[in-house]
Amino acid sequence: MKKELDENKPIFLQIKEQIEDSIIDGSLNSGERAPSTNEFAKFYQINPATAGKGINELVSEGILIKKRGVGMFVTDEAKGIVIEKRKQTFYENYLLPMKKEAQKLEMDRQELINMLNREDEANGN
Amino acid sequence: MEIKVDQLSKNYGENNALDQVSLTLEGNKIYGLLGRNGAGKTTFMDILSGQILASAGSISIDGENPFDNQRLTESICLIKEANNFSPELKIKQVLKIYSYFYPNWNQEMAEELLEIFNLKQSAKIKTLSKGMESALGITAGLASRAPITVFDEPYIGMDAPSRKKFYEILLEDYQENPRTIIFSTHLIDEVSLMFEEVIILREGSVILQESAEDLRAKTIAISGPKDQVDAFLADKEIIQRNDLAGSSMAYAFGSRKEALDAGLEVEGVPVQELMIHLTEKKKGA
Repeated sequence: MKKELDENKPIFLQIKEQIEDSIIDGSLNSGERAPSTNEFAKFYQINPATAGKGINELVSEGILIKKRGVGMFVTDEAKGIVIEKRKQTFYENYLLPMKKEAQKLEMDRQELINMLNREDEANGN
Repeated sequence: MEIKVDQLSKNYGENNALDQVSLTLEGNKIYGLLGRNGAGKTTFMDILSGQILASAGSISIDGENPFDNQRLTESICLIKEANNFSPELKIKQVLKIYSYFYPNWNQEMAEELLEIFNLKQSAKIKTLSKGMESALGITAGLASRAPITVFDEPYIGMDAPSRKKFYEILLEDYQENPRTIIFSTHLIDEVSLMFEEVIILREGSVILQESAEDLRAKTIAISGPKDQVDAFLADKEIIQRNDLAGSSMAYAFGSRKEALDAGLEVEGVPVQELMIHLTEKKKGA
């Protein structure tokens, strides 16, 4: 969990992304309980309705499931759904900005590919 | 409890402290009532809590006028920045009075808070420091559990750890016992994320009432070459703008996507920045 929220971004989205990140990196697995609205509100000192909005979106996307009186739990399909979703935004969030910056620097496609290959080698992949 | 305000005005001589204010607060939310000194916040809260009468217009809480209204007064707890308690009383007596006055009073919570803030029940009000007096105000405000609790700059003189503790307890208790909490302050940065809805007063008028999340979604910080920024801002409401050496940077109401399509760099506006600029006097006004 991040220590502080980024005030430049919608807060409910950050709550949502944090839970998704935890699901992807395996710190939150299927069947485990996700932090509650209360816990988020208290930890970050944010309005509970805001935290609730992020959590509710995850419920409607099938990533969390509400068990009355107990809390929010990670569904069996959660990890697959999150990864699929993240692949879709990968293009906008990473690829487009990279291409834009490369253009600014007058780098061509081959240069980009070379760079990727170099990085692979450096990491022994 | 729903609060309905219609064309509410308050004049002090020629000075309009409130000028035809109309708004509705649905209730059971944490509201931020923001504005510079002299914007009319305190006048509004005094009318709301039934302490003074408006010059014109109406205010109703669940359909009734709060002025001199016994049923409503015990539902509204107003904690001001100072002089909430008479100086000769002991803390213990203050709690006693509040417990008689507020039907939902929670003595256990009050005692717990006194402990957290390091206040002795036997201490006299006049011996307390400013920060201690504020902490007692907060204790009384939270433990009253009034359906409408109004905090008007309640933490003057309190140190950072005590303020943080206050926010934590407020949020926790609010979730267990939802009620209307109106928070008025000009120290916006610490509390802005706690608000569900924001009301901004400027020179006696409401210039904005909006859910805090929507406000965040609707405002953007853009930057880029001056002519591109000019073209984009032509039909937008501008909050703040700076030009430097051929490029411009601005806070405005607008959509993130439209700005991106216009080739500009887009970021969100930090809430406290936004509120600072919105509460500022308009130039020449």
